[in-house]
Formats: sequence, structure tokens, C-alpha cells
Amino acid sequence: MKFAYYPGCSADGSGIEYGLSMERTAKILGFELQELEDWNCCGATSGHNTNKLLSLALPARNLAIAEKTGLNMMIAPCAACYSRHRNAEHTVQHDPEMKKKIEQVLDMELQGTTETLSILDVLVNKIGTDAIAAQVKNPLTTMKAASYYGCLLVRPVEHTGFDDPEDPQTMDKIMKALGADAVEWSHKTECCGAALVTSRPDVGTRMLYRVLKDAQESGAECLVTACPLCMLNLDMRQTAVEKEYKEKFNLPIYYVTELLAIACGDEPKTVGLEKHFVEAGQYLQTVKVRAQEAKAAAEKAAQEAAAKASASKGKAAKTGDATAEPDQKKIEAFKTALTKTPDKMAAKLVADAAQAGILASILDEKRIEKLANLMAKDMELAQKAAAAFVQQELKRQGECQD
Amino acid sequence: MFGSYYRTEKIWQIRWKGARKLENAMLLSPANSSQKALISGIEAEAGTSINLCYQCGKCTGGCPAAFAMDYPPRQVIRLLQLGLVEEALNAESIWICASCETCSSRCPRGVDIASLMDTMRREALKRGKKDKRVAAFNKAFLFNVKNFGRTYEAGLLLQYNLTTGQLFKDMGLGLPMMQRGKVSVLPEKIKARDEMKKIFERAEKLGGEQ
Repeated sequence: MKFAYYPGCSADGSGIEYGLSMERTAKILGFELQELEDWNCCGATSGHNTNKLLSLALPARNLAIAEKTGLNMMIAPCAACYSRHRNAEHTVQHDPEMKKKIEQVLDMELQGTTETLSILDVLVNKIGTDAIAAQVKNPLTTMKAASYYGCLLVRPVEHTGFDDPEDPQTMDKIMKALGADAVEWSHKTECCGAALVTSRPDVGTRMLYRVLKDAQESGAECLVTACPLCMLNLDMRQTAVEKEYKEKFNLPIYYVTELLAIACGDEPKTVGLEKHFVEAGQYLQTVKVRAQEAKAAAEKAAQEAAAKASASKGKAAKTGDATAEPDQKKIEAFKTALTKTPDKMAAKLVADAAQAGILASILDEKRIEKLANLMAKDMELAQKAAAAFVQQELKRQGECQD
Repeated sequence: MFGSYYRTEKIWQIRWKGARKLENAMLLSPANSSQKALISGIEAEAGTSINLCYQCGKCTGGCPAAFAMDYPPRQVIRLLQLGLVEEALNAESIWICASCETCSSRCPRGVDIASLMDTMRREALKRGKKDKRVAAFNKAFLFNVKNFGRTYEAGLLLQYNLTTGQLFKDMGLGLPMMQRGKVSVLPEKIKARDEMKKIFERAEKLGGEQ
């Protein structure tokens, strides 16, 4: 797959890690980026605050350049660039009068064939999370990440439309594909303050504080972003926020592409992780250690279970066939008990009263057969199976509610 | 997948027709003809109608910057509905708005409040009513785009600090930025700089006609 590429001004400046990791992401996942020739700044917020026509003409010049490449999909990783290009694209396609004016200003012709895409859209809808998961070498198991989308990747939805504007999921899906835990939190799409942090720090700092605070209170240990301005504010200005509000956050901030490259085997240095203001390497080490511990614990548990199983098998062999086969009479007795007094039996199998109720309500012939067999053989195994039934049911109910 | 579900253009067109019938309601407002003309101009450029608003306040409820505003978004619309357009253009709120679009995406009546805010900022700028700090930032930003074709972060901060008289603002961040290779001392320039200047000149000339 080949895309036209609009890096945006920050890609070799304040957001240099984003530029580096974007290129690595493309290499790892096997898609090609063709940088636009002599592209210009999109004008960002300053443009549309000052002159509407100018704010459309600046990105439209890049769209015209992209049209000449013959590629009809263009990646703009920066959220502001993405939003401005998307807006210009929409105007060119739907407002013929404005289109004429833009062409006059540019002295260029526009077809309106280029579609600007955000990196989240590309990763989830063009590449796919399965393809990403297939490339993961060092999964970020036990990482607790708050996916932070900010404003312009998901709003206004008539221009973006690839994700829900209130509870977007694309970045969460990518984080899960990388093995991390995606924390549920409420400030996913709240504004970080953008340029207000510079021009009106009294307003911007409070907006920034609210985002960091909510992430921390929701149990996140880091934030993930796909916008260089969100990164600049959350990372570079975090110390100032901590000072203003006399609270410690110490939350490392990552670009989604940085984590993707690192999980797929890159060294943190390759994507410029040491350039962050809030130290970001240490947390990755912590995650690595925790992931190894979790893996070791799982392996140990599996070994123990295997040992136990073989031991009981040996025992059964010694005592002879008569007791090795569970008594048919016993099974029958359990079956009748389960059918006639499901509540009582369920309480024996599951300690939690509410869960026992659920178990009693879902007992059918198949499940009774299985449980009766297990109860005759090994009570512990039967309890485990019962717990699994309850979990399955709870999950099914959860899915229905969605 | 959400595009079609949330796409509001069709609904908006229907509502626009309905709002046209409300024009008589404007007769009750104390606005004079020049104020009315100005408000209609703002609505046309913003591509939305203030008559759709039924003052539910969802915009203000979701606005992340409402805490700092003199007139929160709902009240800005109310001012316009009442014909108090000068009051609205003088409001500090329009300069505190961060253009995050939360209001527009949540409005149950499809009013594009963010676009109205944007249009009012430009209108206020034309009339010389502006927040000095925000306007200085925007001016410095666009100066670089006009001359180099790209953002020039070091120049932007320096120019902003000089024009707002806060010479040492964020100085503590400048050095670490340079050490990290995150800000270049010299501006990055594109080849088509003459073209950029022409685009700016033509946009200023044509954009003023709106």
C-alpha cells in the first residue's frame, strides 16, 4: 500500500519523535510513504482565526500537489494538519463557489480527489489490528495506557467520521493489539488547551490539569496520543502544571507510533524516546519486568497444574479401574440434585450468592451433565467449571448490553 | 462507519428551512437594521443559523474553557439572538474558545457554534477588537507561514514574546528544546516562497469581500 505523506511542520521540530516513529511504523507494517513535494504549512488554528479563505487555500495547495502524485490517500499524522486538510477537502467537494475562490487564490486547479487520513484510521481500517498484532515482538503486557484522542482527530464528525466523537475506540484497539491494557477514562476527547497554553496560560494550564488528573484517577500510568500539540502540552508543560497545582503526576506521554515501533522490536532510541521531557524510558522498563513476571507466573501455574494432573492419574492407576472411573451412581445422584434443587447445588459450587443465582438460572441438560461428571470426580474441578460458566454468561450479557 | 450515522447535513437543511419561518421572531428583537445585517452576515459566513438554538446549554456544559469565559457559548448565541452583536464581539469568550468543536458536535439543533466563534473572531479582528495575546500569537504564526511556507517555532516564540512584552516567557523551555533537537535556530524554508506571498495577498484581497 502506498500513501501520499504530509509530515507537517512539527515532524522535524517539536514533534520529531512523531516523524521518526511514523516512518518506522510504515517500514514495520510494510506500507510506503511518498512525501509531498515542497508542501506548505496548513495555517493551523491561527489561519482560521484570521482569514477563512486563507485557512482553506493553504491546505488546498497541498491537496493540489497530492492530486498530481496520482495517489488518492494522504496521511497527515498531526491532528491539526489532518483537520485543516479534511476541512479544505470537504469545502472543495461540497461548496462550488468557495472552490472557485480557492482556485483563484492558488492559481491552481482542484479535482477534490485526495482523501486525507489520520494515522489511527490508517492503522485500524487500512492495515488492521490483526496485522499489527502479528508484528509484535515485545508485547506491552501490563502497561496501563490512557488513549488520548483530543479534539480534532474525531471532531467535527462530518469531516472526520472514522470514529465515535464521544467515546472513540481506534487507539484503544491499537493499544490492545500491542498487548497493553487500554484504561477506560472520561477525558479521551477533552481539549488539552492547544495554543491557549501559550497565549492564555491561565486558561490552558487548567485544561491540561483536568486531562492529566482524570488519567491518573482512572488508573492510567501513561498517556498515548496521536497529536504533536497534545504531546507538547502534556509532556513539556507537565512540570509547570504540577507546580501550579502542587500535585505530582509523573505520567510519561507516548505517541501511538512510538509504542508500536518499540513493541515491534525497535530500540527506544530509534524513535527518539530520550527527547521527551517527562522521562519515558523507565516506565517501559517497568512494564518489561512486569510482563516477564506475569509470563513466568503463568508458566509456573501451567506446570503445577500439569504435575498435579499426572500425579492424580498415577494414583488412580494404582488403586485400580474400579475407583478410577467415577461411580455411575454418584453421577446420577448429582444429576438429580442439580435438576431438582439447582439453587442449593449452585451455592455449593459458587461462593458468591449473586453468581450462584446466575449459575442456577443457566443450568441446562448439557451443563448439568458436565458438572455432575466433574463433581463425582473432583469437586475442585467442578467449581472451576461452574465459575467459567458464570463468566461466560456475564460476558454474554455484557455484549448484549453493548 | 459513524460518518453516515452522525452526518447532519440533510437534517440541517430541513432545520434551516424551518428557521426561515422564524424570521418574524426577529421583529421582536431590539436590533436595528445594521445590527441585523451584521448578524446575518456572520451567520452566512459561519454557515449556520442562530435561530435554531433553543438555549438548552449543552454547549456550555461541555465547553472545556467555559470556566474562564465572561459569556459562555450559550450566552454568546443569546446575545446574537437579541441583536446585541457589539456586546458579543467585545466578549472575551471568543478569544478564550480553543476551537475544540465539542459544542458543535453535541448541539442537538445542529448549530455550528465553533464556526460562529471563529467567524466572530475574524469580524472582531476586522474591527480592531481583539485579545492582544491571542492575536499576537496568530500574527506571528502567519508571518512565518507567509515568508517561509512553514512554521518556524523559535521565531514564533521570540516574535510573540517581543510583541506582547513578555521577553522571558518560556525561556526556561527554549534551551532544553534546542538540546533535544526539537527546535531549529534557523527557519525551514520551502522553494515556493513567492507563491506563498501571492496566496496570502490574494486571500487577503478576496477574503475581505465576504
